[in-house]
Amino acid sequence: MEYVAAALLGFAGGAVGGLLGVGGGILFVPALAIFLDEPQLRAEATSLVAIVPVAIVGAWRQNAYGNVRVRDGLIVGALSPLGVAAGVVLSNTVSERALEVGFALLLLFVATQLVRRALRAPG
Amino acid sequence: MAADRFLKLAVTATAAGAFSGLFGVGGGTVIVPLLIFLFAYGERAATGTSMLAIAVIGAFAALGQALYGNVDLLEGLLVGIPAVGGVVAGAAIQQRVPERSISLLFAALLAVVAIQFLIA
Repeated sequence: MEYVAAALLGFAGGAVGGLLGVGGGILFVPALAIFLDEPQLRAEATSLVAIVPVAIVGAWRQNAYGNVRVRDGLIVGALSPLGVAAGVVLSNTVSERALEVGFALLLLFVATQLVRRALRAPG
Repeated sequence: MAADRFLKLAVTATAAGAFSGLFGVGGGTVIVPLLIFLFAYGERAATGTSMLAIAVIGAFAALGQALYGNVDLLEGLLVGIPAVGGVVAGAAIQQRVPERSISLLFAALLAVVAIQFLIA
């Protein structure tokens, strides 16, 4: 039963990924942690194994629909390891709780900006 | 490519990478809004291009975690294989909805993630 639930959450995470251009980790991590009893760190690491095929197939499908700007996407991907290293260093110097609250407020701000823009724009 | 455009791509990459390194996600929640606001991408182009960037970021991150022995390959595939079916369906549906609704759904996603952080 747990395996079926984890697979269903996997499908849902992939569908959210395809709709919104994210990897689906938001649903994969709880699927692994709750239904397959992975500890948090292993759940986050294992989630990446699911994200990679989702992103590859998602990019392939979106490219077929004409929605991928290949050069920009590859540049963002190739330059990201600097940020990953910075994130790891930062997470070891600042209180994790402060980071979570700070990012939560930032995400809420971005969400309101997206809504305002969407309501202004035609179509 | 103009220097300022490259700089903005580097900022996007660093922000997405930092988010990924801090919280163990792919970085799409950062890439999509930055492509829209910094580069005036439409929603579909932003989400499609984000997918390609995540494939590269996720591969780096998965490799790093695998070297630490944190990855459970079988359970990753148990979630990941149905997820591949999901992403094909999600991308197909996305082509049939107005771009504005993608932004509104994305804002809802960000709100959910923010609440997850706040109650964690």
